[in-house]
Amino acid sequence: MQTLIKNGHLIDPANDKNGDFDLLIKDGKIDAVEPKGRLDNISESEIIDAKGLIVSPGFCDMHVHFREPGHEYKETIETGSQSAAAGGFTTVAVMPNTSPVNDNRSITELILSQAKQTAIVNILPIGAITKGLKGESLSDMGELKEAGCIGYSDDGMPVSNSELMRRALEYSKMFDLPCIQHSEVLELTRGGSMNEGTVCTEMGLKGMPTEAEDIMVHRDICLLPKTGGRLHVAHISSGGSVELVRQAKAKGLPVTCEVAPHHFTLTHEACRGYDTNAKMSPPLRTDSDLEMIKEGMKDGTIDIIATDHAPHDVVDKQVEFSKACFGIVGLETALPLTLKMVDEGVISLERAIDMLTSQTNKIFDIDKGTLGVGKDADITLFDPNTKYSIDPSKFKSRSKNSPYKGWKVRGKVIRTLVNGKTVFENQ
Amino acid sequence: MTQIATLSQRNIITTEDLTANDIETILDTADSFKEISTRAIKKVPTLRGRTIINLFFEASTRTRTSFEIAGKRLSADVINISGAASSTVKGESLIDTARNLEAMNPDILVIRHNCSGAPDLISRFINCPVINAGDGAHQHPSQSLLDLFTIRERKGTLKGLKVTIVGDITHSRVARSNIRAMQTMGMTVKVVGPPTLIPTGIKNLGVEVGYDLEKGIEDADVIMVLRIQLERQNQGLLSSLREYSNYFCLTKNHLSKVKKDVLIIHPGPVNRGIEISLDVMEGPHSLILDQVTNGVAIRMALFYLLLGESDANPN
Repeated sequence: MQTLIKNGHLIDPANDKNGDFDLLIKDGKIDAVEPKGRLDNISESEIIDAKGLIVSPGFCDMHVHFREPGHEYKETIETGSQSAAAGGFTTVAVMPNTSPVNDNRSITELILSQAKQTAIVNILPIGAITKGLKGESLSDMGELKEAGCIGYSDDGMPVSNSELMRRALEYSKMFDLPCIQHSEVLELTRGGSMNEGTVCTEMGLKGMPTEAEDIMVHRDICLLPKTGGRLHVAHISSGGSVELVRQAKAKGLPVTCEVAPHHFTLTHEACRGYDTNAKMSPPLRTDSDLEMIKEGMKDGTIDIIATDHAPHDVVDKQVEFSKACFGIVGLETALPLTLKMVDEGVISLERAIDMLTSQTNKIFDIDKGTLGVGKDADITLFDPNTKYSIDPSKFKSRSKNSPYKGWKVRGKVIRTLVNGKTVFENQ
Repeated sequence: MTQIATLSQRNIITTEDLTANDIETILDTADSFKEISTRAIKKVPTLRGRTIINLFFEASTRTRTSFEIAGKRLSADVINISGAASSTVKGESLIDTARNLEAMNPDILVIRHNCSGAPDLISRFINCPVINAGDGAHQHPSQSLLDLFTIRERKGTLKGLKVTIVGDITHSRVARSNIRAMQTMGMTVKVVGPPTLIPTGIKNLGVEVGYDLEKGIEDADVIMVLRIQLERQNQGLLSSLREYSNYFCLTKNHLSKVKKDVLIIHPGPVNRGIEISLDVMEGPHSLILDQVTNGVAIRMALFYLLLGESDANPN
């Protein structure tokens, strides 16, 4: 079985391709990528006409919450994967803060077996750094890796104990997987529900200061030289943290970071009117943080875009602001929000795709996010020019919590292929 | 009161929403209602047949009683529900509780809640007018209105007056409501307290910030003293109540150095001897009990104005 994707504009940063290329898929793998027209004589193949479309490696999101096992009313691996496919994502890494926590082989195996049966995109589990995310003792990192985990994180919770974090960075080195930190000094954010600043003061809410993030990012960077571990800073949100990562990278330290689209498109002003859809952790920050985040995207300090897809049911969102859960549905708005950065001149289209695809490989070594010959045919076709208004009620995700309702955006995913098979098609 | 005045709002949730005209209207209406409470028979038929529900999720003596009396003096039927006795303890969501109460056709829902934004949330889901009787550290508009009423009653006007609010600004909904309302009425506001109890970015609301009580009140026309909550010392926001008192308790000593006709107000409940000394609290400058008396008139005015087309004359 062969499929030819032709007439498209192919952008594949991993292989330094950006232009009119046709792409042939054979047996779920990429068989050939050649300049437009050169593959026309291949017979008996399904043709996908990509005229007017961008042909990109399937997007990779290394930070999602699919809630299974434990909170299936918010999302499952099945619905989450459908949400991913609709957003152009072919590979996602699921955070371990499920119930029970993914801190041992049996849960990792459960996730992978559910994925095999129900998911339409690649599901890569992330194992817990500490047992039960309690921050008390290290999980069996070796076993987790053997079972299929591609990194370690206590996401949702930071590893507060500095000694334990030091040991996590040391121990994980043995398995050559990164530790992904949710950087938050809890003493500084306790009881908080949004960024500390003018808006939270007016709204009478307890704030979460940027220092809570910066201090832990700094601490973890300080732990790198002697431990030799690899640190990946999750969902960076403060300008100060961007600067800390920039300095650490300049010293050659093994640190990387990701940014979520809401942290480059929204500020704490979005919380006004007690809109719980704008309640996130880390919280939406200020204009100046936003500018520094964009600067970090521009100069490469920020490596990848990851959505922190955090679906929540209305019962967890239609409540008092301070009682509402943190997070938003991220997968289905990531592309148009990233293209906003292209429109604003922050990054080029090629760099945007790079941040959604091949850069991920450099951190996680997953052999994804590329259109190289012989690689899995995970491909996303999107129309960069279609303009539309975001309608969360149409999300494939089981949850609809999004602050982007009614936003006028451009960039629509037209087709998503995983292993050469179409898993999503926009009619 | 020949013409029925109207407000720009159908809910009273924050003082930010109220125009100067709204505030004048409320104060004038309260003025005409105040006399009713001095009669032997303290009841007029104005809101006969109307139903008011007081939904209080947080402890309150003054405010709940004041809303209840206000409703009853206007002949409305008033129902009180406390948080501990409501279905929320059975796990019902706030929105469901409010919708269920609304299904019984009340005319006004008065709500107090420990979460900032709770009345705002309710008002988005129900049609009946909502009065915020205090939400978290956000707003307490009726308190601010009775403060303004009390000040205006003594000073004759509000415009140009200087107010200093002393104490725990961070956790105070009274401070937030008053800062907005007082600015709307052309007053200037200063806040004074320990830096640990002054919230980030408060200056952006257009207030001056100080940490020295004596300096902060020297040119004040009104000093508003806030209650210091005893639990703040356990949260590490205060070293001790003793030290707080040393720096921020308003005493007779201070009064010799301020304007002769300074007014002292306090939203209650008072911690005697901690934020204000007994002699000042009970002295001639203090309007603490007038505030409570006026609170009833203000709440009568709010009920009356929100229920609009009532045809009865309060007098």
